[in-house]
Amino acid sequence: MLEAVIEIESAKSDETTPAVYEHPWPVRFCHWLNAVALFVMVGSGLQIFRAFPSFGAKVPQKNLLDWPKSLAIGGWLGGALQWHLTFMWIYIATGLFYLGYQIFSGNYRQILFTTRDVPGVWPMVRHYFFFGPKPPSREPYNPLQKQAYTSAIILGILSVLTGLVIWKPVQFSWLAWLMGGFQMARLWHFLVMWAILLFIFGHLVMVVLHGWNNFVSMLTGWKKNPDYTPR
Amino acid sequence: MESRINERKFKRINRRELLKLAPVVALGAFAIPKLQAPLLKAGLGFSDWASALLFRKGLLAPTYADSEVAPIEKFYVNDYDVDDPGVDFDKWTLTVSGSVQKPGDYRLAQIQALPKIQHNTRHVCVEGWDVIGSFGGARLSDFLRAIGADTTSRFVYVECADDYYESLDMATALHPQTLLCYEMYHQPLTREHGAPLRLQIPTKVGYKQAKYLTDLKVTNVLQKVGYWEDQGYSEFYGL
Repeated sequence: MLEAVIEIESAKSDETTPAVYEHPWPVRFCHWLNAVALFVMVGSGLQIFRAFPSFGAKVPQKNLLDWPKSLAIGGWLGGALQWHLTFMWIYIATGLFYLGYQIFSGNYRQILFTTRDVPGVWPMVRHYFFFGPKPPSREPYNPLQKQAYTSAIILGILSVLTGLVIWKPVQFSWLAWLMGGFQMARLWHFLVMWAILLFIFGHLVMVVLHGWNNFVSMLTGWKKNPDYTPR
Repeated sequence: MESRINERKFKRINRRELLKLAPVVALGAFAIPKLQAPLLKAGLGFSDWASALLFRKGLLAPTYADSEVAPIEKFYVNDYDVDDPGVDFDKWTLTVSGSVQKPGDYRLAQIQALPKIQHNTRHVCVEGWDVIGSFGGARLSDFLRAIGADTTSRFVYVECADDYYESLDMATALHPQTLLCYEMYHQPLTREHGAPLRLQIPTKVGYKQAKYLTDLKVTNVLQKVGYWEDQGYSEFYGL
């Protein structure tokens, strides 16, 4: 057993490198499963959208956009539905396992945005966007990151709920009603996808900016030289 | 609890941690051409199994007021081949076979003699569009009773004048809103909407609601599932 914060002794000198255990394996496992599942869900979802690229009446049909087939998965509607209806189970199972683990382990505190994080939002905005000083931190995630990850989880839940309505508008007719009807559920599902894609874009930019040690921590759990003072 | 370790041990620990993610690589099986089709078939099969579990026999699909019904001109006509397979209405019969006590040819008048159901329900296409329409006809369950069908059989299989074919699970066939539909918008079915008789199933997606019916079979075994299903669509697709 190791402490969550350790010093790694160099083989050549007396120097030591601090490392912190940030991500328990269920979090890393779900992260990568989800990355693959989302890729397939978005790709096949866009191919399904191509069959009726509109959110209103069929007669007359006003197309919203012509998404290129080359940027979609499945080749045709039937193929895309096979991918979508297969990977939705991987997506949902991963999400449930993740939520269950986070809640029962208490690890959710790492990323859950709460009222305690509100005062820290502005200093972080100043740091990210207006060259302000970096606020000192004792946690892996700053208030803006917590906000982003909490939002991503909510978007994930919404993607499943809106998808359920499209898949089963009769069995979940009360949910369909809550979302404003079948076509509105399709529109919500579509918008939630773009919101998730926006999150992923920001996420990838930050991963690049934060460097290699940060990336490795999502593989091994351990982050060398953390840029905060761990508790 | 250790708080200081050497570099070699740290590397070993990292390797072990990385190895815990190995099962994720199993998803790569979906990228192997030989495995892809069977895996997706299994996934779709699992979805259909879950769909059948989610289906509630007693749950009625929402029905709508006449004011919410789209005019018939806005009810898109979908077909896979021809809008009008040229059915001769005078000679038309529904040929019944399979696990029934009274097989044979049934005339439209015999179906129309069964209690008539009229409802406004939502028609949902697999493509993603939907339309609220007005439908009238006999309950398929009443017809199955009239022909002495063995309702412990698993499927109702139908064939159509345009060579389309479909099948229904028995639970859906017995659902009170599942119709042998001969009217839309209080008028006899038009040819493009499947005259003289079509399936109308508010708890199923559009492609299961076959038009221009000619044959109906009650059976436990399906040689073919349905025109689209046999090309890869979901077999159950309940809404």
